[in-house]
Amino acid sequence: MEPIISVKNVSKKFGDFTAVDGVNFEVQQGEIFAFLGPNGAGKSTTIKMLTTLLKPTSGELKLAGHDVTKDQDATRKVFGIVFQDASLDDELTAFENMQLHAVLYGVPRKEVNARIEELLKLVDLWERKKSIVKTFSGGMKRRLEIARGLLHHPKVMFLDEPTLGLDAQTRNLLWNYIKELNQKEKMTIFFTTHYLGEAEAVAQRIAMIDHGKIVASGTTEELKQQTGTNNLEEAYLKLTGTQVRDETLDSTAGNRERFRSIMKNRQR
Amino acid sequence: MSTIYILWLRQIKRFSRSGIRIVMGFVQPLVYMLALGYGLNSVFRLSGRGSYIQFIVPGIIVQTIMFSSMFWGANIIWDKQFGFLKETLVAPVSRMKVMLGNVLGGATISLIQGIILFGVSLILGFRPYNWTYVPLAIVFMSMLCLAIISFSAGIGAVVNDMQAFVAVNNFLLIPLFFLSSALFPLDSVPTAMKVIAYINPISYAVYSLHTTLINQSHFGLLTDFTVLLGTLIALMSFGSYRFSKIQA
Repeated sequence: MEPIISVKNVSKKFGDFTAVDGVNFEVQQGEIFAFLGPNGAGKSTTIKMLTTLLKPTSGELKLAGHDVTKDQDATRKVFGIVFQDASLDDELTAFENMQLHAVLYGVPRKEVNARIEELLKLVDLWERKKSIVKTFSGGMKRRLEIARGLLHHPKVMFLDEPTLGLDAQTRNLLWNYIKELNQKEKMTIFFTTHYLGEAEAVAQRIAMIDHGKIVASGTTEELKQQTGTNNLEEAYLKLTGTQVRDETLDSTAGNRERFRSIMKNRQR
Repeated sequence: MSTIYILWLRQIKRFSRSGIRIVMGFVQPLVYMLALGYGLNSVFRLSGRGSYIQFIVPGIIVQTIMFSSMFWGANIIWDKQFGFLKETLVAPVSRMKVMLGNVLGGATISLIQGIILFGVSLILGFRPYNWTYVPLAIVFMSMLCLAIISFSAGIGAVVNDMQAFVAVNNFLLIPLFFLSSALFPLDSVPTAMKVIAYINPISYAVYSLHTTLINQSHFGLLTDFTVLLGTLIALMSFGSYRFSKIQA
């Protein structure tokens, strides 16, 4: 069967900096797939390319048979995404944010209100549905963001560090909900996380990326065997090293660096 | 349709919740109207041109619309910075619809501000010469709103930081407004200035309101309409092209 996500020789450069360097991987339909790697390894850049937000410098990305770069409108009908950073409208209420998403993402009109209620109750925000999002704490915003992402049921769901900053109870609830969606609706889940225990518990297959390159992929068992370690965390540290990384080097940061060096040369 | 509607509604809701910004938007045009309208009224009368307040209100309405429309593009930059734009950019709807919803929302807000200013001018003594032409004036105002909102959406799509956006806006707005027919009749200014004002599409927006509100026609409504429509089409194409190219 044709894989639902296929990434072939994909690279992305920001000026001189190569964020993603000749990456290859495939995800099968209905799989729960974890994409792991240190900060700045190229995880979010890869997700942005898969979700039409960035164009690759070279290579081919396919989602459910659609060429992501050429056929953006068709691709956007296939997936849903929970972003790593905030993407709510702060000046609308929680309910209005959900409603807007439901319309934009074509949730069947009859189901909208029931789904909004179900999800807001799941993340414990139903009581606050009429509050303006500006007044929410960081954790509440995060919960709302995830609830909104789960409102429509796409073929492929991208979750970019969905559980960052959430307590263990909420994480547990959310993963159970996501696993249920995966089983009931055969929804493919593609997620990144820094909680390796979470990846070990939930993911059926894992790929690890470092310095823009895939360094290993397979099931948790396979990764442990390859590295001769006892759990995923050890395997991860063995593959990606123990050194602490810089935060994401994005294009603007690259430009800023270049600008600074030009100015320095001028002054001399 | 529902995509356009919900994005339009979002703009309207955000606007209606921003009380202080609504009030502040009127300070500048009111100062112009009071200082220039009353201040220069006697001089204007002495030169035999009638009431300066009558003359200047159409220009100030155009100014209000221009400034609020141009700065509306800041919303696109906020949406980029607060991340909301991504939510709309990956949605399974065409970017054209996303752009249209945003632009129609912005244009509605600008038009409301233009109409409120018209109401305020009535309190200050302005009188349209024939009320039946007021709806026509509103049509011309809407065209101006749509044109400049599309343009500022395009600028908002290209520029990423607020300071640069404000700088670009001031660079464009001040000459466009002052070198138009908004503040003074063009029949007695040097030829070079007249030429510049005639190239400036803002002049035609002002003329269309001069014709419909105070019965002072210059090129005729058909010319005004044609120039404004051409400007609208050009700026809308620019806006939607730049908007379709946004990467996050």
